Amino acid sequence: MSFQAVDSVIAKHKYDESSLIAILQDIQRQERYLPADRMKNLSDRLGVPLSRIYGIATFYKAFSLHPKGRHICSVCTGTACHVRGAPRLVDKLERDLKVKNGETTKDGRFTVQTVNCVGACALGPVVVIDEDYHGKLTASKFEKVLKQYK
Amino acid sequence: MSISGFQVPAPRQQLRSTADLTALAGRIAASRDPRKPVLIVCGGTGCRAYKCNEIIDALRAELAARNLASRFDVRVTGCHGFCEKGPLMIVMPQGLFYQRIAMADVPKIVEKTLQGNEIIDSLLYRDPQTGEKVVREGDIPFYAKQMQAIFHANRFMDPTRIEDYFAIGGYQALAKVLSTMKPPDVIQMIKKSGLRGRGGGGFPAGVKWETAAYAEGEERFVICNGDEGDPGAYMDRSLMEGNPHSVIEGMIVGAYAIGSHQGFIYVRDEYPLAVMHLGIALDQAREYGLLGRNILGSGYNLNIRIVRGGGAFVCGESTALMASIEGRPGEPRAKYIHTVEKGLWNQPSCLNNVETWANVPLIVNKGIEWYTSIGTGDVTTDPWGGSKGTKVFSLVGKINNTGLVEVPMGITLREIIFDIGGGIPKGRKFKAVQTGGPSGGCIPESLLDMPVDFDELTRVGAMMGSGGMIVMDNRTCMVDVAAYFIKFLQEESCGKCVPCREGLRQMGEILNRVCRGKGVKGDIELLEELSQTVLSASLCALGGSAPNPVLTTIRYFRDEYEAHIKQRTCPAGACKELVSYSIDAAKCTGCQVCVRNCPQDCIAGKKKEPHVIDMAKCVKCGSCEEVCKFDAVVVR
Repeated sequence: MSFQAVDSVIAKHKYDESSLIAILQDIQRQERYLPADRMKNLSDRLGVPLSRIYGIATFYKAFSLHPKGRHICSVCTGTACHVRGAPRLVDKLERDLKVKNGETTKDGRFTVQTVNCVGACALGPVVVIDEDYHGKLTASKFEKVLKQYK
Repeated sequence: MSISGFQVPAPRQQLRSTADLTALAGRIAASRDPRKPVLIVCGGTGCRAYKCNEIIDALRAELAARNLASRFDVRVTGCHGFCEKGPLMIVMPQGLFYQRIAMADVPKIVEKTLQGNEIIDSLLYRDPQTGEKVVREGDIPFYAKQMQAIFHANRFMDPTRIEDYFAIGGYQALAKVLSTMKPPDVIQMIKKSGLRGRGGGGFPAGVKWETAAYAEGEERFVICNGDEGDPGAYMDRSLMEGNPHSVIEGMIVGAYAIGSHQGFIYVRDEYPLAVMHLGIALDQAREYGLLGRNILGSGYNLNIRIVRGGGAFVCGESTALMASIEGRPGEPRAKYIHTVEKGLWNQPSCLNNVETWANVPLIVNKGIEWYTSIGTGDVTTDPWGGSKGTKVFSLVGKINNTGLVEVPMGITLREIIFDIGGGIPKGRKFKAVQTGGPSGGCIPESLLDMPVDFDELTRVGAMMGSGGMIVMDNRTCMVDVAAYFIKFLQEESCGKCVPCREGLRQMGEILNRVCRGKGVKGDIELLEELSQTVLSASLCALGGSAPNPVLTTIRYFRDEYEAHIKQRTCPAGACKELVSYSIDAAKCTGCQVCVRNCPQDCIAGKKKEPHVIDMAKCVKCGSCEEVCKFDAVVVR
């Protein structure tokens, strides 16, 4: 994403300061994270202090200041999934991929995160990898699922 | 005109009067043949997770290949509620209900059911109680005991087509209000209906509207709170996805009542389908002149805009949500002055939740008498006097029929969980039901016969919340559940006020200690004391209700806390540090499935001989318990 792209995102939101969250969401969607230079650029173009942008970027969970892996593996830890065994899946993931929640594997294959609820409770415990839902998982089924993503 | 079975709608023209709307609805109804077969497929996010999109594509391809596309309509709708059995299909006009449809079933459905008029037995729902197959949707126990006033319409419309909404009487409530009612009349109507906020607090909507209408300000705003953040709750998403116009229509009526000309729908960015459907619905409403200037020739103007949330639970709180709309971090402020008086940009702002707005057209169309005939208490003189109408719950967790259920207020928990929900899976024992989201409470078996309404739930220490209902069985540890919620709320606390930020952290540490078997005497009392501080000294409702899960689990399940602290055991066998795994030699058949699945290779045993777990190497991952078909793995 170039600086022009930042400009076009700002233009789409009519240079409206109150749309700051939406602008950051659009940048994040294109880049998969919020690069520091884009935020500086945004601050200049919009005339908003960088500290405010940084404040928003770190307050909301949707934003990441670090590049993400090729596949985003989100373990649902909503209440329904929790009582149906989501913690076992998190353990499994941390044990097998040697990463903690929120981290990216060394080879850049997975970013692992827990999410509050994906609202597919009938499938619990559920894991969403990129946009695929994998439901009613057990530790052993999960292992097979992970192998599908290179 | 028809291209491969789809009706191409005529260009949308501005409706200039209520008569225009009635005429259009009439034309749409007349152009539709009620006898024409329709295949209704649920396309909600829940069924999409079951890959219903592939089924829909295959169905359309199959119909086209057999040259049947013009004879059968395929209607992709929002959620029907029975998520457990998805992907779902209803074949109209017969009303056949097919469930758990797989790709391989698609050609069979077309050939046998559509062409051969034959019912496919294997796709019917089987009643686990009687063992009998059920043909029609309404006869399934899950649906039979519900009262779907809001959700029922989902089946009849493609949410991306406003014309479908017109065909079932959509926007007639708005027409009635704009042409026959003055704003104060509308407020009185909502007040008398006893409608209370479905988002958590249960504040009477009419009272809120009245305050907003008469508060001083240069302009006023209406806001729809679609920031559904409670884990295990997705009814608002399903409404926004499946029937966005009902929410929008309710908002227009409310905006007219309080004299607002700008509305906002704040919706979670994690709900892409809801954002999309709301966007389409707003565009279509604008094309028809149901939004914008001079709505239906009444001289009334309103615009509504979507604002996407950034993934912060606290933004469900009104002041935080408004800060977020203004483009700031969603930190709540103290509410000495309520947001109905000074909210968004310091102007009077009327915020209601998705389901609350969706109730409004129903009340206008069907009347106060109908609405107040459902539910508990008496609201004729006092809008706080009872709970009226229906409530949608998301029934999840250890329950056979996971899904969204809409029930009249006042129904008992037992009816919801056992009659509609079909009880607990694997023949296990019911332990508790948690209502009201992370700041709700856990209700034990002894209270199952209580009626469900705003005031009763509050009385037992829980709350209605937005309607999450998480069922727990005897393998769920109540201390672990309390620790789970406190961890959730601690992470979601915005950090602005000390009682919430620090209090929850301390409570979390104590609970974790108890779960690890490191609890000490006095921990329960300390938790209770901390709870009181957090309850009374927090700035907003997040902290002000956060200790509820701890307090209710202590109140109803104190023995479990004591077992963790005194005996260092977890009666439910859920707390990893306190359990050990073993194999019941009497039940083990020696099938070696657990041996093969153990990631630590710590289960030994020959074929047809009882296996043994080496606890020195075991990491307690639970794989053996999950794969054992003979219930031989003992966790204690």
